[in-house]
Amino acid sequence: MVDTPDIIRIEAAHFSYGERPILTDLNLTIRRGEIVAIMGGSGGGKTTLLGLIGGRLKPSSGRVMVEDQNVPTLSKSALYQLRRRIGMLFQFGALFTDLPVFDNVAFPYREQTDLPEDAIRALVLMKLEAVGLRGAAHLMPSELSGGMARRVALARAVALDPAIMLYDEPFTGLDPISVGIIGRLIKRLNTALGMTSVIVTHDLNETLRLADRVIVLSAGRVYCDLVPDQIRASSDPFIRQFADGLPDGPVPFHYPASDYVQDLVQS
Amino acid sequence: MNRSKFDLAVGAFVALGIIALIFLALKVGNLTGFDSGTGYVLEARFDNIGGLKVRAPVKSAGVVVGRVESIGLDGETYEAVARLRISSSFRFSKDTIAVILTSGLLGEQYIGLEVGGVPDYLSNGERITKTQSAMVLEKLISQFLFNKAAEPPSQVK
Amino acid sequence: MSRAPLSWIEALGAAVTTRLDRLGLAARFVAALFGVLGIALLRASLIIRELYFSGVRSLSIVIVSGLFVGMVLAVQGYEVLQRYGSTESLGVIVALSLVRELGPVVTALLFAGRASSAVTAEIGLMRATDQLAAMDMMAVDPLARVIAPRFIAAVISLPLLAGLFSAAGIIGAWIIGVHLIGIDDGAFWSQMQASVDVRIDIVNGMFKSVVFGVAVGLISVFEGFFAPPTAEGVASATTRTVVTSSLAVLLLDFVLTVMMFRGLNG
Repeated sequence: MVDTPDIIRIEAAHFSYGERPILTDLNLTIRRGEIVAIMGGSGGGKTTLLGLIGGRLKPSSGRVMVEDQNVPTLSKSALYQLRRRIGMLFQFGALFTDLPVFDNVAFPYREQTDLPEDAIRALVLMKLEAVGLRGAAHLMPSELSGGMARRVALARAVALDPAIMLYDEPFTGLDPISVGIIGRLIKRLNTALGMTSVIVTHDLNETLRLADRVIVLSAGRVYCDLVPDQIRASSDPFIRQFADGLPDGPVPFHYPASDYVQDLVQS
Repeated sequence: MNRSKFDLAVGAFVALGIIALIFLALKVGNLTGFDSGTGYVLEARFDNIGGLKVRAPVKSAGVVVGRVESIGLDGETYEAVARLRISSSFRFSKDTIAVILTSGLLGEQYIGLEVGGVPDYLSNGERITKTQSAMVLEKLISQFLFNKAAEPPSQVK
Repeated sequence: MSRAPLSWIEALGAAVTTRLDRLGLAARFVAALFGVLGIALLRASLIIRELYFSGVRSLSIVIVSGLFVGMVLAVQGYEVLQRYGSTESLGVIVALSLVRELGPVVTALLFAGRASSAVTAEIGLMRATDQLAAMDMMAVDPLARVIAPRFIAAVISLPLLAGLFSAAGIIGAWIIGVHLIGIDDGAFWSQMQASVDVRIDIVNGMFKSVVFGVAVGLISVFEGFFAPPTAEGVASATTRTVVTSSLAVLLLDFVLTVMMFRGLNG
């Protein structure tokens, strides 16, 4: 297998939920070792994109190449083989609520390896130490704050040292301190473990501090593909609306509707 | 909760469940040794079997020794053919008589085996030649009335 | 607003289509589930965990219910039997009702309310909070790791619980009949033994509860697995589990009873 620089390559991918198209003719590549942020309006297909990369969703057409394998065509066992090299942090962590923190992080080792229990213990404590929560190993997920739960989930996601990390809105619902902590952890893990990171996020400030590249999606395709400095300097109205948080602009405030006055008169 | 507590509780649960099933099998039901497939079969023909059912008991001196396995009708002789599955621990002489009896006045019907004195024993598939059919209540009553009617009306004044 | 004259046909068509869709979904789900049962059976510790939550936790309600049902049967049965002067048949009537019908059926209904509803809610919430998706992304099949052990636990638990229910009921009837009413102890048991057949009555009753276990287990994991990921969705899925399971148990009971006891009285 040739070690190509493009670890993820999406070619002409189409995806729709029923009648509603989400992705139309999406093309993008992500290189090994990068941290790439995916931004765009809500319902713009960002989370769908992670679903395609992880093989949880299948495009209606097009190719999704991850480590030179076309994900939609993989068999279940080949897909599971690939997923051992992909870590994913879900929006709210998705910790197993019936297991304590320690067992949550130990889960991938117990399921995927034949390591003895004392080796698993050492590895789990190491991962928890990396996210600063070794002391919380005995707690149940319900006893954790949102930020702590996200960090435990991060420790669990990187347990098997994946080549690719997918983050689904890792900053949503967190206080600014936790946002900073998670952001720094993402950066540190990316360099320390030599990973490639794809982050779907709304948090522009943290993203610009963190990412090597920002891909903005709009109407189911790549709107622009820029480095953080270009975003800061951009005068594009769409990007400005995002960067400055303007309520109305190219992304309309109103959901498409018939004429307001006419609607009132009719009723 | 730790694993050993689960194991202990589930172990106790399964043991309790199995004890309940054993209780049902031994104390509530009859786990006698002549379920279908074991023992041997005898055949008996009756003119009328009355209300005899499949799986009705076959008794000898009041002790259950087998069950009625099937009941059929011989198309040529119009006799009822009962096949009896008998426990292999009992043997019956060749001149055994099979009688259809009723337990109590309204009870279920069963087959009683009355053993004779011949030293030869019936073996698998053989026929019990001497049989006595079921008492059918209507026949008894009509016979009784017939006899009554036939009597001279001596008492009538 | 004018409605098209054929709209009710359209509505009927839509209703049939959604039902068929769901049936197809269920068929594929069951096929996939049976595909991973072999792997799941190897993970005894997972099944033991579910046996604890489904079986052990249902013990008290099943035993207490069984005891009371048996006691009520004894009181009612005695009332009727004494008119015919055959009160010593009380044991037979109670034992046959419990072993053939009430044990399997009532236990399955209790199990649907006590254990299966919890399974549906748990799986539904795991799905709503992305726990199943997270597992899937960790290359662990949720069907084998989460769904199958819960299904297997239902199939194992139900016959054991039904046996306990019947045994508790017979003991309840014995307490009432022999100790309170004063029926002869020997007659109570010997009449029962003479009329209850292990194969026809007890084994068939157990077979029924295995079938009920399969049905109730499948319904609970299916409803949970496909519950909409909202509070409302999980709540209505839980209700559906109890309602569908109860109806399925009663329908299956009728079908199985007809199949089992037909031909016995030939």
